[in-house]
Amino acid sequence: MSDRIFGLFGLVLAAFYFWATSIIPDSFMVDVVGPRAFPYIVGTVLAICSLYILLRPDEEPDWPNLMNFFEIIFATAVMFLYGWALSKVGFVIATIFATAYLSWRLGTKPLSSLITGVATSAGIYLVFHLVLGLSLAKGPLGF
Amino acid sequence: MDIFANLADGFAVALTAQNLLLALLGCFLGTLMGALPGLGPANGVAILIPIAFTLGLGPAPSLILLTSVYYGAMYGGRISSILLNIPGDEPAMMTCLDGHPMALQGKAGEALALSGIASFVGSFFATWGLVLIAPQLVKIALLFGPAEYFALFTMAFATLGGVTASNQAKSALAAALGLGIAMIGSDSQTGSERFTFGHIHLYDGIDFLIAIVGLFAISEVLIFIEHHRGGAAAKSGAKIGKLLPDFSVLKRSGGTMLRSTIIGFLSGVLPGAGASLGSFLSYSVEKNTVDREGKTFGKGDPRGLIAPEVGNNAAAGGALVPMLALGVPGSGTTAVLLAVLLQLNITPGPLLFRNSPDIVWGLIAALFIANFMLLALNLPMVGLFTRVLLIPTRILMPVVAMISFVGIYGLTGSTFDVMLMVGFGFAGWGLRKLGVPLVPVILGILLGNEMEVNMRRALQVSDGDWSIFLGSPLAIGIWVIAIAGFLLPIFFGKKVKKQMHAGHSEEEVEEIDKGGD
Repeated sequence: MSDRIFGLFGLVLAAFYFWATSIIPDSFMVDVVGPRAFPYIVGTVLAICSLYILLRPDEEPDWPNLMNFFEIIFATAVMFLYGWALSKVGFVIATIFATAYLSWRLGTKPLSSLITGVATSAGIYLVFHLVLGLSLAKGPLGF
Repeated sequence: MDIFANLADGFAVALTAQNLLLALLGCFLGTLMGALPGLGPANGVAILIPIAFTLGLGPAPSLILLTSVYYGAMYGGRISSILLNIPGDEPAMMTCLDGHPMALQGKAGEALALSGIASFVGSFFATWGLVLIAPQLVKIALLFGPAEYFALFTMAFATLGGVTASNQAKSALAAALGLGIAMIGSDSQTGSERFTFGHIHLYDGIDFLIAIVGLFAISEVLIFIEHHRGGAAAKSGAKIGKLLPDFSVLKRSGGTMLRSTIIGFLSGVLPGAGASLGSFLSYSVEKNTVDREGKTFGKGDPRGLIAPEVGNNAAAGGALVPMLALGVPGSGTTAVLLAVLLQLNITPGPLLFRNSPDIVWGLIAALFIANFMLLALNLPMVGLFTRVLLIPTRILMPVVAMISFVGIYGLTGSTFDVMLMVGFGFAGWGLRKLGVPLVPVILGILLGNEMEVNMRRALQVSDGDWSIFLGSPLAIGIWVIAIAGFLLPIFFGKKVKKQMHAGHSEEEVEEIDKGGD
């Protein structure tokens, strides 16, 4: 079933890709085949493979149960939020909380995960920013 | 011999204090990453690429650092195979068969030392093979026109899964996904905006490093979270025993090493074979040669440990031949090394050997140096490396994720890219669950533009006549290999795979499959 849904998704993606290819504008420079030929080929391969997967699905993969699926979604959301928060609160604060969350969800006790977060954040700041001079996201507090 | 003159120049590049220090650092980090659960060679190099660049290292130093990491991770992978019976990646699976029984007999130290020497022998002679064969391949490659290159790229995708690929439709789909992503941004030939939808972040296309780190590292973190695998790989410090190998054993295994080096190297060079097949073939050939009745192999025979370890390291060296000479990587790890080169604005291929010999030969010299350093590091310090198996992943994985973020942010300075990377990570998790290999996606993103450019150049030459792709015997030959490589696994894949996985339970096999090469 999963593969059938995936195949269907692939077909939709291929259709979208075809449409997006068809609206690529021409520019004043031209070559023989133009900018659309290769994407059309790629879209065709995508469509054929998706159709094959749709018609000849593999065995059902080992999906996580609902709880664990939400774990994945939340972890992704936290990391996504982390990307957004970097520019708002700065590297050090964002990293403390993101690390603490991930470490907590992997089974560290809450207080220890917070310590892990602080240590990781401070450690990376020290090594990569102060010693190696890498630029990290700056928040309103300057770090 | 100009090869030796070139090599001497290469050593002149590599033998500066800074470069030696970087090689040492790379070897050390690489061995650590190879030994740690969940961080294979591809992953380790991918995370370090952006960091090496943001530090402002020049092309030769970054290349030396990152290839040392690559070789180091190949060495490190065997540690958890021997001590814990957990192969870090697919090539290391055969190492478990005789390595772990040796550890159970209290000969862990001896097994580690022997396999360290075996790794050294394999990669040392494979690097010589690279020195001798790559320039010959370059001579052939100089005959290639755009049509042949287009065929060659297609062949790379068709044979990428090797004979053990489980579902060719999914591999091809993965390649199409990667190629599709590579098309995003301004068209290099005409300047038309493609698939950007007016989004300013997409005008330059998607940086392949974001995709690589997202697909490899972030999806790995998600897999760990899904299974709540937060504990340490090893429960307590494993007993190592004496560290020095038996010299009589080494003497007896000369033939084993010779055979396995040749088999491994050839598997690395040939399209679609790779390190897994290299170690598998070396082991089987060795078993059939020295242990026909099946008395000692699988029960802790040192030769059963040496053969796959030599084979897999020789294959790792062999895989560099097509990558450097043709610009076409044959595995996940060499794809990541290609990313290193592309990031440095170095296009591998025949012209690289002609135009910037200092980089090629500096790299090769670095490989030799890394090899000696790894041998020197691994024998006395293996106890230290085994101790990293005690670090619980609940602390390790978040740190890995954060270092990946730091690298990408440092490289692009854009929070959009950080979020994009998380998106790639989630997509990578889903694809892995569905059994879609990730390496073709990466390769597609890396090679997409080059492949399209060659197709369009060929058609420009022929004025739009598509028959140019079959216009030379060379091109037809490549197409035949590509088609054979794509179709063979459909008929033989299951059988070979079954034999390879004979010593492992279903669950383990699935776990390893998802990790990729």
